[in-house]
Amino acid sequence: MTSAKTRPASDYPPGGDAFRHRHLIGIAQLTPWEISYVLDAAEEWVELNRSGAAKHDDRLAGLTIINAFFENSTRTLLSFEIAGKRLGADVVNMHAAQSSVKKGETLIDTAMTLNAMRADAMVIRHGSSGAVQLIAGKVDCPVLNAGDGRHEHPTQALLDALTIRRRKGKVEGLTIAICGDVLHSRVARSNILALTLLGNEVRIVAPPTLTPPAMERMHVTTFTDMDEGIRDADVVMMLRLQNERMDGAYLPSAREYHALYGLTPKRLEKAKPDAIVMHPGPMNRGVEIDSSVADDPVRSTITEQVEMGVAVRMACLDILTRRKRGVAGWN
Amino acid sequence: MELKPLHIIGAMLIDGDTPRPGSLLVVDGRIAALDPAEIPDGTETVDAKGQWLAPGIIDLGVFATDKPAFHFGGITRAALMPDNGPLDGAGLVERAAKGGKPDLWVHPLAAATKGLEGRELAEIGLMKQAGARAIATGRSRIADSGVMRRVLSYAASLGLVTIIHAEDEGLTAGAVATDGEMATRLGLASAPAMAEAIAIARDLALVEETGAPVHFRQVTTARGLDLIRAAKAKGLPVLCGITPAHLLLSDTAIGDFRTFARLSPPLRSEDDRHACLAAIADGTIDVLASGHDPRGPEDKRLPFAEALPGMAGAETLLALGLGLVRDGHVSPGRLFELLAGTPACLLGVDAGSLAVGKEADLILVNDATPWQVDAKKMAAWAGNTPFDGMPVQGRATMMWKGGQRIR
Repeated sequence: MTSAKTRPASDYPPGGDAFRHRHLIGIAQLTPWEISYVLDAAEEWVELNRSGAAKHDDRLAGLTIINAFFENSTRTLLSFEIAGKRLGADVVNMHAAQSSVKKGETLIDTAMTLNAMRADAMVIRHGSSGAVQLIAGKVDCPVLNAGDGRHEHPTQALLDALTIRRRKGKVEGLTIAICGDVLHSRVARSNILALTLLGNEVRIVAPPTLTPPAMERMHVTTFTDMDEGIRDADVVMMLRLQNERMDGAYLPSAREYHALYGLTPKRLEKAKPDAIVMHPGPMNRGVEIDSSVADDPVRSTITEQVEMGVAVRMACLDILTRRKRGVAGWN
Repeated sequence: MELKPLHIIGAMLIDGDTPRPGSLLVVDGRIAALDPAEIPDGTETVDAKGQWLAPGIIDLGVFATDKPAFHFGGITRAALMPDNGPLDGAGLVERAAKGGKPDLWVHPLAAATKGLEGRELAEIGLMKQAGARAIATGRSRIADSGVMRRVLSYAASLGLVTIIHAEDEGLTAGAVATDGEMATRLGLASAPAMAEAIAIARDLALVEETGAPVHFRQVTTARGLDLIRAAKAKGLPVLCGITPAHLLLSDTAIGDFRTFARLSPPLRSEDDRHACLAAIADGTIDVLASGHDPRGPEDKRLPFAEALPGMAGAETLLALGLGLVRDGHVSPGRLFELLAGTPACLLGVDAGSLAVGKEADLILVNDATPWQVDAKKMAAWAGNTPFDGMPVQGRATMMWKGGQRIR
């Protein structure tokens, strides 16, 4: 894949062989061409989403999608909801705060209940690594992981790859620095897997207290010096720093973190002149990223990432429900 | 009840390094003679048909009195960890000790501190009088070094060994796996393997000072085992144990978030696993135990970090131990020292070997019978085994507790 232009369908295996998964649990299960297949499909939805007033395609009409979010989320939930609705599906949201989870019902019981309501797809976010896979093994419909603990957040990595591909014309052979709280970040794990798989040089820039063990086994290089880590990078991907990490256990303070790891205009000069700046949101302005960088229309891709998120999620929902809808070749 | 004398003939006796043909006479529940010349009148004869005759397994450090699983596994005595309860008073200890009789003897391990909270000494002396055979720190260690020092010297004065769990609580706080590629890929909170060595080092220093005998229930890392080896070379009164899990599995077993492989301490790297195999071969490890901790779906069918640690190990202990023999890591005689002889010494019970005068806790073992571990068909009250599906060889075919046939 050397340009943002999508590949012709004939480049992919026919029918369901192009994406041989019942669920989307993580990037770890995907091949490079499956990632590319999803990105190409998402390109179509970008066009539709930009095409004026009528952004509707009714291919999922009559299907029920349940967004089960056991952990709070605004943007990911909204993004999945819009994606489902643009495809014509009936979308239902379940928030843990309003559910029987708080009453002590086990995760499996909750999953079985949702399953009995005959959902045609479930989108699940949960605070524990592995929880989404656990549910996927118990239900009859496709399950999409919208983030499980610190494990994976596959649609985020796909939308990031799509954003890079559209901005840089390719998503291979680039130098990409992922900066911040890698230890607690599922976004970082999914992006490391996706971006190394696609053939990029991936660097991790993080304080030692927020660097996971055995990173060399993930085929990345680690840096503790931000200036070194982003030197000549094509992409600087910032991670959100949770407030509770700054209370002294992992980091001394927010201002020290900003001084050492905050992305300032001056620091960004170390990266390539045309480097782009990414952030999965929500941002802590003035902590991990300066407002002037975040709002730079040329370099910041932050709003574009949100836009790509809807397109990628539409592609995933479409692809994973093809068996159910009896699309030719998907059985 | 009158016990008839029992003569087991045609057996391969495990009373030395290698099995040898022989017979064994039991009178009044005790081993009366090996290869007896004279047999009393009215003796019942059992033909072992060439199977191994070994001491019943003394499983040191289980978390539940699970008789069907113990009987399946050839376990005649089990030392019960104090965590359920916790066993921190004489009444509780006395009740636990009666839990399995007559066909299974439970030796309660007394809680070292009140409520196992690691702060105040429990009534160790009264619990000894009630039947406690040793004391234990439970599933975690005693964090406060001052408390630990007092526990060790107090228990030693009563002639009791202190059984220790060795993990530094600061390093392991919140962790459910060992640092490494697997934990990182799965996004699980992990702790460095040396959390074990740090804990062992502190307690060895206290042993050196107090002279108190200790047993580290599970030592699972190369660095931890090096410390034990050095302490033994110095002549310190130190023993250590392990379960088959840390000898046969590494942290790759937690891939796919398999909660049956969530253990405490967590599974280690492949390098550490090999160090454990070397340590069981060179004699650094003294005890092989099941760590039997059956847990139902309410504790295990959960996201990995929310599941509770532990495995149902009683049924697989013997077969996996026989695997160590087949793979050349230990001799048959040494296997039963690990499973019975050393645990008997540590607990001060008159069993654990085929010697005249010992209690006739005996098992016949067919060391060749092939079978497959199946989590769904276990005798234990929960089938949480990390060895599900594994083909194994060897099982206990007959059992006697104090000369009384129980299986």
